[in-house]
Amino acid sequence: MSAAHLHLSVALDGAGWHPAAWRDPAASPKDLFTAAYWAGLVAEAEQGRLDFVTIEDTVALQTSRLDGPDGRTDQVRGRFDAVLLASRIAPLSRSIGLVPTVTTTHTEPFHVASSLATLDYVSGGRAGWRVQLSGRRSEAAHFGRREVPELGPAQAVALEDYAIYHELFGEAGDVVEVVRRLWDSWEDDAVIRDVATGRFVDREKLHYVDYEGPHFSVRGPSIVPRPPQGQPLVTALAHSRLPYEFAARGVDVEYITPHDADQARAIVAEIREIGGVQPKVFADLVVFLDETQQAAEERRARLDELDGAAYASDAKIFAGTPEQLADLLLDWRETGLEGYRLRPAVLPTDLNAITRTLVPELRRRGAFRDGYEAGTLRGHLGLARPASRYAGSTR
Amino acid sequence: MKQVILAAHFPGVNNQTVWSDPASGSQIDFSSFVHLARAAERGRFDFFFLADGQRLREQRGRIHDLDVVGRPDSLTVLAGLAAVTDHLGLAGTINATFNEPYELARKLATLDHLSGGRAGWNVVTSSDAFTGENFRRGGYLDYSERYARAAEFVRTVRELWDSWKAEDLVADPATGFFASANAGEFAHHGTFFDIEGRFNVPRAPQGHPLTIQAGDSDEGREFAAAHADAIFSRHGTLEDGKVFYRDVKARVVANGRSPDSLKVLPGVTFALGDTDAEAQENADHVRRQQVSPQTAILLLEQVWNRDLSSYDPEGPLPEIDPLVSEEESISRGRTRLTRDPLETAARWRALAEEKRLGIRDLIIEVTGRQSFIGSPGTVAEQINAFVQEDAADGFILVPHLVPAGLDEFVDRVVPLLQERGVLRTEYGTSTLRGHLGLEGGA
Repeated sequence: MSAAHLHLSVALDGAGWHPAAWRDPAASPKDLFTAAYWAGLVAEAEQGRLDFVTIEDTVALQTSRLDGPDGRTDQVRGRFDAVLLASRIAPLSRSIGLVPTVTTTHTEPFHVASSLATLDYVSGGRAGWRVQLSGRRSEAAHFGRREVPELGPAQAVALEDYAIYHELFGEAGDVVEVVRRLWDSWEDDAVIRDVATGRFVDREKLHYVDYEGPHFSVRGPSIVPRPPQGQPLVTALAHSRLPYEFAARGVDVEYITPHDADQARAIVAEIREIGGVQPKVFADLVVFLDETQQAAEERRARLDELDGAAYASDAKIFAGTPEQLADLLLDWRETGLEGYRLRPAVLPTDLNAITRTLVPELRRRGAFRDGYEAGTLRGHLGLARPASRYAGSTR
Repeated sequence: MKQVILAAHFPGVNNQTVWSDPASGSQIDFSSFVHLARAAERGRFDFFFLADGQRLREQRGRIHDLDVVGRPDSLTVLAGLAAVTDHLGLAGTINATFNEPYELARKLATLDHLSGGRAGWNVVTSSDAFTGENFRRGGYLDYSERYARAAEFVRTVRELWDSWKAEDLVADPATGFFASANAGEFAHHGTFFDIEGRFNVPRAPQGHPLTIQAGDSDEGREFAAAHADAIFSRHGTLEDGKVFYRDVKARVVANGRSPDSLKVLPGVTFALGDTDAEAQENADHVRRQQVSPQTAILLLEQVWNRDLSSYDPEGPLPEIDPLVSEEESISRGRTRLTRDPLETAARWRALAEEKRLGIRDLIIEVTGRQSFIGSPGTVAEQINAFVQEDAADGFILVPHLVPAGLDEFVDRVVPLLQERGVLRTEYGTSTLRGHLGLEGGA
């Protein structure tokens, strides 16, 4: 793979990222809760030879408020468990990576490891994980196992100001660590099927992970043998110092949200200065793509009007032509970014524009590969299959 | 005539699953699951079934290494199977003790959507601190509280499923109305769960995915009679089966339910051959594969509760008595073979003496003989007789080989059941509840 090639991924969520996307004439809102809808989107992304898709998820109903339900009836509400959705699509696709969102806060790390390892088997080595934590009081009430304080008004929120977020990111880092240990807990050659001694497995190659931390402990080994990739891809979205530090503990791909090249440069520099595992850094962008910039901006304005408010996002919102977007992606790449996670404002419109117009444009400029060059998600990203950390260990 | 319900159990992580045979394939590759599921669908089975276990088994403090080990996360692999099957129900075993209602309810509702109404779950519980060591919440539950928590768990999960009514999801761009303002609203303030908020998966195609209960104890039967759509039992003989069937159906009626609303499905094994005599030979061959010399000693240790590794598997039973102790067993993470080791030892010794059996041959004799042995005609007849005589409503078949262990049954026994008119030749229903003739099905 040429070092000049960008990595491209797409973030799938509902009818698209604009809250009124489901009312666009191109949308099919009645199909959102069918497997066929999602299979079609992933097939389109695979046609474009994208590295992977991410699938959003939360342990709450969608809301326009910072915390708690908003009672709105005019936006998409309801979603599928992202791991199961990814697994449902896996047999219908061949090459594209599948990266569901899974929360670390109220879930069992042991189940998280098992389900992602299983997705890796079902997909033949194409599983990834978008790590997410849950800091909302309304979400904690769905589980009733821990107290979470109410957050302040939106403009006052800096994660670093809240003790609970230091705790939650610390816990998330511990979850990633224990999940990675569980994925390594079976060495690759643990199954021996040795008829002479009657042994199916070499127990010396199964390892207790013996994790003990402030929030949980896990003994191990995994119930699932080592997944095809060894370590499925771990990714996370990060907006500030606390999540950057979390990512440095063990994330392979880190999504950031700069709004211009200078911000991108500054964030990449901050991440590199923190050190740690040195993840690949991707920038997130919400995209409206049309043949002219005017058409894209008008489409955005129409949806804003339908929703009754101008759409705001943590990520930069781009409205323009695929050629203009290609210019931006290549310009920002100079800051040290290795790829992008594009959030289509409307599905399938903006996804189709990415796969059918943006990708060919990037190819013309020598910035995107012609086809898949590897069979696994790690392979798409140029990451080797790691040996188990326990290989050769006697414990 | 009653229809025979059939389910295909993916072979488990115990000595019933033969790995030493050249035909034995991977227990974890997705293609193995696809093979068995497609065989079951070709045979017009009602559903595919996955067992569960959240800790690798140990014996004498070490990971047990003689049996097939390693399995997938149930619901994740079932979601994948939904893509490669069209009608087959998809049921997985879930340990309620190590899950929370909100998360599990949304996974099951998701699977039901993604399969077009084919999801089911077999709810099991654990009070086992050994397995609990893999989980945040550990082994905190008293034995007596297991079923109380499980019952509240099932009730809570159903409340979450019911929190979206079918009409809450509108998604009409013309009016701009997507979903009702209070869709998913729930509040459950109970003994074990105190939760409230908004559930985030719209109503599942089946409304309530199928609930199965496995467990033979008095509490288990009561739980099934009150809450389950099917009970996974272990009563192998016709007479035992009838007694169990009558007992459970009476409990169902006592709970104010129709007796048909709970299906009795024993787990069974089988061995086939062109003739009954050949089937018996095949059965014996498989039993020897299932009980290797090492496995014979290990199973004996589970009754004796002692290290017997120095004994000759072909030699006589130990003269020393089993160690009866209130302390925990030397074997962890698996079901006990006996509750009265001294009685079992006495019985086994008598049998060994009478038939002049060494340890391995005795273990082959006393454990896990196939439920149905015979030619395809004989086995079809036996299966049908169990169902028509009310010893069962159908069976969960456990093949001994991955992945092709069901193929011969599907090719040779299924057509005979279909000829008798007790098994569908085509699916006439689209959901799992529909296949079983249960309320809420389609």
